[in-house]
Amino acid sequence: MSEHVHDSHAGHGHIAPMSMYLGVFAILMLGTAITVGIAYVDMGFVNTAVALAIAVTKATFVVLYFMHVRWASRLTWVVIAASIVWLLLLFSIGMTDYLSRDWMGVPGR
Amino acid sequence: MPDANVHAHDAHNPNLQHHFVDMPQQQEASVLGMWVFLVTEVMFFGGMFLAYILYRMWYYQGFAEASHHIDLFWGALNTVVLICSSLTMALAVRAAQLNNRRGQIVNLILTILLGAAFLGVKAIEYSAKFRDHVIPGPHFEWHGKDAVGAQLFYSLYFALTGLHALHMIVGLGLMSVILFMAWRGRFNSTYYTPVEISGLYWHFVDIVWIFLFPLLYLIGRHAPVTF
Repeated sequence: MSEHVHDSHAGHGHIAPMSMYLGVFAILMLGTAITVGIAYVDMGFVNTAVALAIAVTKATFVVLYFMHVRWASRLTWVVIAASIVWLLLLFSIGMTDYLSRDWMGVPGR
Repeated sequence: MPDANVHAHDAHNPNLQHHFVDMPQQQEASVLGMWVFLVTEVMFFGGMFLAYILYRMWYYQGFAEASHHIDLFWGALNTVVLICSSLTMALAVRAAQLNNRRGQIVNLILTILLGAAFLGVKAIEYSAKFRDHVIPGPHFEWHGKDAVGAQLFYSLYFALTGLHALHMIVGLGLMSVILFMAWRGRFNSTYYTPVEISGLYWHFVDIVWIFLFPLLYLIGRHAPVTF
């Protein structure tokens, strides 16, 4: 289905029904309500993990449906996946550096 | 072969540029190009998020105190405003796909109004920060335990929300151009690429806020902060 010739008619591109947009909108609103509500429950460091999990879920719905990536080509998927990989590389390598600096008394922290 | 019909039809499409085979190929090239740009934007904001992760680990108490001080109401309101604007943006693209000129115009105007409302709320929030003397610098005042951490939090708060607001302003400019083109009847079901890729930008800015909201407004809510 990801071959662009396959689903091309006079008006190419996937036209999603109105109900889908309203459904995604409802999910995003619900996610916002949950993330605010759960922020008041004390779970220690788990609070941040839960907040990020909800944010990632909301972002995924926006990317897949509002940004039409669900119906996009495989090449677009690869580009988006690459951005996530590079972002995680930035975070993980950046943090390994900073968090390990004072282990061996290296100046610079 | 349905494919042959598509080519014959596209050959007469005035919006098809000569270096593309057909309209779907032209649109896919644009969408892919926009995504490549958005990847650079992810990395651009990523550096700031890395700074946030690092300083939050080093100044955990200060970040919680400072986040607790921010008015949650305005942040939550702005989250709702941006999600609504993402919906109207998506519906503007859908209207273009359905040859609905009026639908495009109405939804684009709503998107612009919601984006402007977001910036208005941001102005209210920023002025409150000036009033409370939590602008990083020599006049920063903090009565909590960790003034250094709180000041770092507010530095990141202004850098992140400021860059985000700048993206909103650019988005409003983009939407004004798209609205003008839609009003002129430039888009239809075979050619709506500018609406689509401007929409991608708008949704990206929304996604940045989806992460900024919990990380800036919600991290100090559950802990009883002792001042």
